[in-house]
Amino acid sequence: MKVKYFAWVRERIGKAEETIEPPADVRTVGELIGWLARRGETYAYAFETPRVIRAAIDHAHVKSDAAISGAREIAFFPPMTGG
Amino acid sequence: MMTGAVNIRIQEADFDVAREIAALTQGRKDIGAVVSFSGICRDSEGNEAISALTLEHYPDMAEAEIGRHAESAMSRWPLTGLTVIHRVGRITPGENIVLVLTASAHRQAAFEAAEFLMDYLKANAPFWKSEEGAKGKSWIEARDHDDAAAARWTKS
Repeated sequence: MKVKYFAWVRERIGKAEETIEPPADVRTVGELIGWLARRGETYAYAFETPRVIRAAIDHAHVKSDAAISGAREIAFFPPMTGG
Repeated sequence: MMTGAVNIRIQEADFDVAREIAALTQGRKDIGAVVSFSGICRDSEGNEAISALTLEHYPDMAEAEIGRHAESAMSRWPLTGLTVIHRVGRITPGENIVLVLTASAHRQAAFEAAEFLMDYLKANAPFWKSEEGAKGKSWIEARDHDDAAAARWTKS
């Protein structure tokens, strides 16, 4: 699946998007955040406070308990500050 | 009854409020009220002076998310049309950031729908502001009251 990062999540990880293949036991958005956070220092920094991280699956907001199976694109970003 | 027009644009360029209102009302005689909200870049955030904002966004999702809120507003209030324009990129103090226009036969629907759209945009549309100030560039933090403002529209 493709993952995209925005704002300071993108800056901390150092990339805007990548393709990942998490193991089968990573089933939810929250579990995916935990798995990503263990990929290295930059990821650990980006996801150091999981409760502030917002997520979207295929361009719609989801909660951390949302299932990731079948997702084409998952995005992680800070709380939004537009408008 | 004519169906309403929904115009959504995300762009770097500035917009002309008068021209956008004219486009929304052109050729119609059933519109009695247009509400216009412009969000404008300030020269300070809290006590910090800022020289510019830069807006980042998630293009596909931003259009989808604004579209969902626009459809929600169209079904919730008797609107003849609405326009949402959100700028991205670098914006300096005094410049426009966002425009919401709502048109209806009567003012109450237009006022309420414009406020609803702005509250939802601030809390849910995937845009992020960074500011340039004396200490360099930093991300603007979300405010809890923006979430609270959006949440009040889902209460009964």
